[in-house]
Amino acid sequence: MDKNCGCFYSKMVTKCNFGLLIITLAIILMVRALFIIYRCGKALPKRASESFTTLVVLGSGGHTAEMLSLLSVLRKDRFTPRFYIAAATDNMSLQKARSFEDSVADKPAVMEASSQFMQIYRSREVGQSYVTSVWTTIVAIVHALWLMIRIRPQVILCNGPGTCIPLCVIAFLFKVLGIRWSSIFYVESVARVKKLSLSGLLLYKLRIADQFFVQWPQLQKKYPRAHYVGCLM
Amino acid sequence: MEDKEDAKRIVFVTVGTTSFDALVKAVVSQDVKDELQKRGFTHLLIQMGRGIYFPSKCDCEDGSLVVDYFTFSSSIADYIRSASLVISHAGSGSIFETLKLGKPLIVVVNEDLMDNHQCELAEALEERKHLYCARPQTLHQALTKMELKSLVRYTPGDGTPVARIIDRFLGFPDD
Repeated sequence: MDKNCGCFYSKMVTKCNFGLLIITLAIILMVRALFIIYRCGKALPKRASESFTTLVVLGSGGHTAEMLSLLSVLRKDRFTPRFYIAAATDNMSLQKARSFEDSVADKPAVMEASSQFMQIYRSREVGQSYVTSVWTTIVAIVHALWLMIRIRPQVILCNGPGTCIPLCVIAFLFKVLGIRWSSIFYVESVARVKKLSLSGLLLYKLRIADQFFVQWPQLQKKYPRAHYVGCLM
Repeated sequence: MEDKEDAKRIVFVTVGTTSFDALVKAVVSQDVKDELQKRGFTHLLIQMGRGIYFPSKCDCEDGSLVVDYFTFSSSIADYIRSASLVISHAGSGSIFETLKLGKPLIVVVNEDLMDNHQCELAEALEERKHLYCARPQTLHQALTKMELKSLVRYTPGDGTPVARIIDRFLGFPDD
């Protein structure tokens, strides 16, 4: 009887300890997440000396054109190596990125080392039903996680649409868990004049994007943390 | 022969990667064709994408507007370059490609699109007098009111301001 009681008691204790552990962990993670959100938008404390592993998320058509316009003025030696990700259904964007890299590389051998091109499954195609998109979303998230573990970017450049959201959320989680610190830059499309896109709104409101750029002054007035940078095109 | 080439004044119509039959129908309507001809255009070339409305081709010898179409091309820029007027869907790619080449542009907004934020861009650029904005049913009206001389040439922007902020954020010195 006594023994039984002790056993029950010790079980209670371990259960209690386990619960306590979970709660402590949750608190630590929450504090850490709050710290990351607090750090959002604050410049890196050190002077940069080397280059950053850079992830470039390509949208499609107009989005890709704007992104390449930005890349053409960034110093390549500072953003090396560069990983390009585009939706699996979008063949044009990676092709455009490849010819862009070809045009900036001095030697083909250098390009091989400094840039890579990858495709990602999209969580929802235009017109897909919401029921089937539950499954495709799960697949897309797992795939995004796998790509992010492989790349572990220090800089993420994105400009919508939705493809960049899972990648940015994973980057945020990497920061919380201390896996990899990254700086996220989002440029809202030139096509958005009065309202942010859904991707833009999410990254702005959740403070996931460290620096947020808009191309029309009307938007900057509405979203004061954004930088107005004029048209990229 | 050379004289003939010089006299060619092409209107190039582009719907982009999808379809926009309402635009194709609007440009080949008789009153639009008449207005174009009145303004001295000789050719109407339509990139019709995945549309299912095929306009009737016309290589009219009698001096009326020559109408031709194709579905897709990898060298849209060449067509824009050869045109004297571009009538385009509201995609930002086509809009800026045309503006950068300094061609007069009428943007026709597709009202059938679900998330229709595209008219925002066309209207904002119209406000700055870089282009004219219309709907399929108001294209004729827009053409009659159009004054190409009052358009302001677009000065292309670039990513330099963004790059500067990113560089500073990461701790790189300005160069």
